[in-house]
Amino acid sequence: MPEYSYVGKEVPRLDAVEKVTGAALYTADLKFQGLLYARLLKSPYAHAKIVRIDTSKAERLPGVHAVLTGEEIPYRFGIYMSDKYMLAYKKTRYVGEPVVAVAAESEELAEEAAELIEVEYEELPAVFDPREALKEGAPLVHEGLDEYLHAPFIFPKAGTNIANHFKLRKGDVEKGFKEADVIVENEFTQPMVQNVQMEPHVSIGQWHPNGRIDVWTSAQSPFAVRYLLSVGLGVPLHRITVRVPFLGGGFGGKAGLHWEPLVVLLSRKAGGRPVKLLMTREEEFNTAAVRQGMYARIKTGVKRDGRITAEEILYIWDSGAYADYAVNIARAAGYSCTGPYDVPNVKCDSLTVYTNHPYGTAYRGFGHVEFHWATERQMDLVAREIGMDPLEFRLKNAALPGKVTPTGEVLADDCGRVDQCLKAVAEELGWGKPREKRTENGKLQGIGIAALWKAPAMPSYTSSSAIVKLNEDGTVLLSLGLTEMGQGTETAFAQMVAQELKIPLEKVNVVRERNTDTAPYSWQTVASRGTFMDGNAVLRAVDDLKRKIKETASDLLGYPPESIAIADGYAFVAREPDKRVSLAQIATCGVLPDGRGVRGPLLGYGYYTAEGLTFLDPETGQGRPALMWTFGAQGAEVEVDPETGDLRILKVATALDLGKALNPLLVKGQIYGGVVQGLGTTVMEEFIFDEKGRLLNNNLTDYKIFRTQDIPDKFVPILIENPQRNAPYGARGIGEHPTIGIAAAVANAIYDATGVDFFDLPITRERLWKGLKGVKK
Amino acid sequence: MSKHRISLKVNGRLHELEVEANKTLLRLLREDLGLTGTKCACERGDCGLCTVWLDGKPVKSCLVLAVEADGHEITTIEGLARDGKLTPVQQKFVEHGAVQCGFCTPGMIMVAEAFLRENPNPTEEEVKEALGGVLCRCTGYRQIIDAVLDAAKEMRKAST
Repeated sequence: MPEYSYVGKEVPRLDAVEKVTGAALYTADLKFQGLLYARLLKSPYAHAKIVRIDTSKAERLPGVHAVLTGEEIPYRFGIYMSDKYMLAYKKTRYVGEPVVAVAAESEELAEEAAELIEVEYEELPAVFDPREALKEGAPLVHEGLDEYLHAPFIFPKAGTNIANHFKLRKGDVEKGFKEADVIVENEFTQPMVQNVQMEPHVSIGQWHPNGRIDVWTSAQSPFAVRYLLSVGLGVPLHRITVRVPFLGGGFGGKAGLHWEPLVVLLSRKAGGRPVKLLMTREEEFNTAAVRQGMYARIKTGVKRDGRITAEEILYIWDSGAYADYAVNIARAAGYSCTGPYDVPNVKCDSLTVYTNHPYGTAYRGFGHVEFHWATERQMDLVAREIGMDPLEFRLKNAALPGKVTPTGEVLADDCGRVDQCLKAVAEELGWGKPREKRTENGKLQGIGIAALWKAPAMPSYTSSSAIVKLNEDGTVLLSLGLTEMGQGTETAFAQMVAQELKIPLEKVNVVRERNTDTAPYSWQTVASRGTFMDGNAVLRAVDDLKRKIKETASDLLGYPPESIAIADGYAFVAREPDKRVSLAQIATCGVLPDGRGVRGPLLGYGYYTAEGLTFLDPETGQGRPALMWTFGAQGAEVEVDPETGDLRILKVATALDLGKALNPLLVKGQIYGGVVQGLGTTVMEEFIFDEKGRLLNNNLTDYKIFRTQDIPDKFVPILIENPQRNAPYGARGIGEHPTIGIAAAVANAIYDATGVDFFDLPITRERLWKGLKGVKK
Repeated sequence: MSKHRISLKVNGRLHELEVEANKTLLRLLREDLGLTGTKCACERGDCGLCTVWLDGKPVKSCLVLAVEADGHEITTIEGLARDGKLTPVQQKFVEHGAVQCGFCTPGMIMVAEAFLRENPNPTEEEVKEALGGVLCRCTGYRQIIDAVLDAAKEMRKAST
């Protein structure tokens, strides 16, 4: 009998053939009868009162079916805070914010109609720097903050621009600083950037005359879209169907709700015809959600022997015009604030602050890329201050099993090992060995390291489920609520199902489209939670199916269910394998020798709910926020041209304690992709605004992302497998982690090479050159 | 908008169509011919995702007007695999994990296929240079480059 061992193998993705042949259909590829096309008129001002809107000319244009303004659709939406209107209501809060939406028979017509709309604005004082926004008398982005509904773990301050103030207090920082021999304080920043998913946001909505709503959308989390639509529009869930076809990348930027309510409302106004809104690339930058900017200040107290005694941390998040995910990003960064270290005394304030920038959302790493830039630079700077090797300093303070996290969680013995990750990366970089820093042609080389950790950032009570259905021929259909946006979870789950049922992988199919009417519930496809949570749900669904297979087989074979085994497409008596029935025979029901049918169609259901998590104390942040920690370390080897500021990334090593690599081919893909995204943030990506808050680089000519020629000469993925007991096969999530430590590792390497310190990202060639010239050598 | 009558071959099939003067080849393929395998991600020539072949040479179809394709032969991603058999490049993309979300994959493959016909024995640097005009946000390009190098090897083997 074959072994059917798939878990841990490099199996190609299930959907690869559809994708390499161009057959895979994404949302923008779908065809609809009577489809209307939406275009947006956007605000030219960062902060302005809407005095008057005249849409009459647009409405008279033949072929225009609906024109909507904010006044007509005063519904508020928001995943953690209901602060966002679909169209600016009374005032605009950022340049690029939609003010009027048009649906017409062609895109050109809709565009033409949008140009005929007249809007009179009265410009208001705007605020762009979140530190300015915190000051007394700063312009208020949201005057009605106290009216907004928000999640219980978010703490807005009415009358200010603070959308969330997360506080963490562990131990006694005053005492900790008194114990310190040296105190080091630094500031760090990161600008706003964009997720730049290759597929722009696209949604099609249809509000049928009978009150039913259909949505097809490029969303990561169909159930969140359905729920937020329901709450915002006051339509019950059973009247809303959300479908997600193939998804062209997300990285957090398609989590939660985006433009789905707008197309649905346009459809209502257009008498129920379907309406499609496909964002242009320019709108992806100007109008869609982006990654918030960050300012960090870290004060670290340390003993000469290298023990950290206290840390005082301030994270300020430039959330832009709306809170969206940024309120939870402040919380997640706050409870993980120290990075993967054992710090006895911690005070952290992490604030989500409204400004008149585009609004912030989730982007791979969920705040961790940003704050690790600060903490992992700080680790090097502190080590230097006390004359200790940065690797040794990290290892000395590492958050090992048994140590206590900032929220008071004692790390379990199976939580994963940051020290092993650090050592593996250090070895790969040749850490501690003598190196020639100057090459023969005058270039400067250096190495740097960073440690990282991240837990899924989510409410304490999220859940996932899965359904495994046995078909009449013994093949199996796996149904998920988790979406597939490229990360490969579907394939890993199919491997698990095949292995558990001991059937060939070819006999497992995963339902392609996500449809909220038929798919099992999953909270969201975010936070690197899918492998762990939905994976556990899949395993339980398989167990449930197996139990039912055994019951039917037991009825037919006359042996108790416990004595039955399943393999190779049969259920059989374990000790007498020739007493057997095929899975095909029992899929719809069992048939007794006299022809009577018993039992019924076989379907396994399983769910998993995050275990043991709690709300965090509003004053101290103490509690249990983390379902699992994935620890890692990254190292970079760089070469700098001291004449030009050119930076070459020679090598990036990434070690992650992922518990178990369910599919190393896909894991490596996540690592390569994450590293390159992280490098983009490190050396080239940033939003550049003018003094009026207008984004100057709103296209891929002026906003560069990495191309093939930019990637590191060498990637070294290191998969460390200390399994976690409550995880599927021990596997932890790693989707976001390869992006997290890169920026600091590269900057630490640049210091090693050149002696120049960077505190602000990105380290562009120009900034590097200026840094080099500023240092007299 | 004035209309023009054009005739062009797409994936070996002849089409005679009336198109607006400002219609791009990309929109013609996607909207009029239903060939949605060719993706649109910037519509200004930055991303390369809409790459197809015009008389065998890769072009960004968002920068070509449909009328300019009059009398020419176009090949899209849908025209590569024959009778369900993948090309070596497609096959190697599958095997090497060079596909994640898949949105850049058609453009990437169209460029890679054309490149390997010009240069059947490329170095890694040459592959990087050749693919530099197609953006991908998922893969970090490593497995794409590996797939193209491996496909080149496979194709050389097949031709000797």
